[in-house]
Amino acid sequence: MIEDDSWKLTVRADTLRLRARMIRAIRRFFLDRNFLEIETPLRIPAPAPESHIDAVASGAWFLHTSPELCMKRLLAAGYSRIFQICKCFRAGERGDRHLPEFTMLEWYRAGADYRILMDDCEALINTVAREIGLDGVVSWQGRRIGLEAPWKRISVRDAFARYATISAAEALSTDRFDELLACEVEPRLGMDVPVFLYDYPVEQGALARVTEGDPGIAERFELYIAGMELANAFSELIDAGEQRRRFEEASRNRQRKGSPVYPMPERFLQALPRMSPSAGIALGVDRLVMLFADKPRIDDVVAFTPESL
Amino acid sequence: MYTASDLRKGLRIKIENDPYILTEFNFVKPGKGQALYRCKLKNMVNGNQFERTFRSVDVFEAADLQEKRMQYLYKEEGKYCFMDNESYEQIFLSEDQVGEAKNFLLDNIEAEILLFEDRPLGISLPNFIDVIVTKADPWAKGDSVSGNTKPVTIQTGYQLQVPPFIEEGEKIRIDTRSGEYLTRVKG
Repeated sequence: MIEDDSWKLTVRADTLRLRARMIRAIRRFFLDRNFLEIETPLRIPAPAPESHIDAVASGAWFLHTSPELCMKRLLAAGYSRIFQICKCFRAGERGDRHLPEFTMLEWYRAGADYRILMDDCEALINTVAREIGLDGVVSWQGRRIGLEAPWKRISVRDAFARYATISAAEALSTDRFDELLACEVEPRLGMDVPVFLYDYPVEQGALARVTEGDPGIAERFELYIAGMELANAFSELIDAGEQRRRFEEASRNRQRKGSPVYPMPERFLQALPRMSPSAGIALGVDRLVMLFADKPRIDDVVAFTPESL
Repeated sequence: MYTASDLRKGLRIKIENDPYILTEFNFVKPGKGQALYRCKLKNMVNGNQFERTFRSVDVFEAADLQEKRMQYLYKEEGKYCFMDNESYEQIFLSEDQVGEAKNFLLDNIEAEILLFEDRPLGISLPNFIDVIVTKADPWAKGDSVSGNTKPVTIQTGYQLQVPPFIEEGEKIRIDTRSGEYLTRVKG
């Protein structure tokens, strides 16, 4: 039985208006700072091989899971400040904070590392908040979160020591890292002020550069507000040999799990040696709208979910 | 057999010879990490609840339960009486066993009674039922795009959120699994 659920679209009008204003503010933020807005193809022959991200097939090609490979080829060709707002597709991801088709903001800076992106996040989110009339504080599901910079920074190792029942090292060696991160650490992050969770074990940063002097740590951070993961950033790995080894390892992991194995993104690997040290970040636009619209589910901030089509 | 991607609220699986129902379900996935399925499970025999996080590689056996169609008769001293319309046999279910369905037990409604080795465990109602709105605030006209729903009460006493144009005395259709409003029923 097909129900007429057009009333759901009607009651969402305020949120969709807010969403449009936020996207306009994001775009203006980057254009004002001399970033070039880029569009890359959604349909690509070879998505980045990652152990736990599944692409949706489209003919013999795939819908991209993120625009990062094409964005980095632009960096390698000399573009120094670029951004993109686009749809990304990830098979099997559906929950209160996941849609298999979602809206991503990515931006990249040549000659920068991940710390500069933390400053960008603080500036961007405060700018968007001001644009929609929030005054330095956001309320989400009964929590009040102050947005005034600087935000809190905590390393993965310290966060596990503080919030999880076992250490990050022990969680990794017993294959419980993701579980403890999701169930014990994440829900505690960013409940009063936004938090950057930084310096991940290298096996958790497939496209990130390792920290100088500590080969076990990848220069990666995630931004959390109200326990919600909003963004993922790297100091980009520019060693093509190392990148290929990590892709091959991810492909082996995929094969072991019985997941489809993707072709190696050869053109990206070919371009990588020409890339100067750079930093890049992906931010979930739908989740930022959830936060600013005070909505508990990602369904509440899009016009249509897959189930409503 | 079920795989983790089949998990959803209301699914019934068997663990160590007991039937369990998923009372809460959420898909979580940290950053680049693996997909996790955080579930609250309720033992359908003794009511014990616990939380467990499953991974995409986990597989599950379906709980083999029988269902028998019975008619709801009345409630007495916290027990709900149902009757088999063929054998006229009557059974009683506790408040716990009836669960959320108590909100939608219309007089003489037919329900599927769940049985595990002949013991009643719970009930499931038709997915969609039509009910009467017994209490609703009047609709402030022109308020249709304000982004608000409003609470109304139906004949069982259950309250839910509906679009603002629904008026007292109207018939509406409800999804008994989610408890949510679906549509206005004409006539």
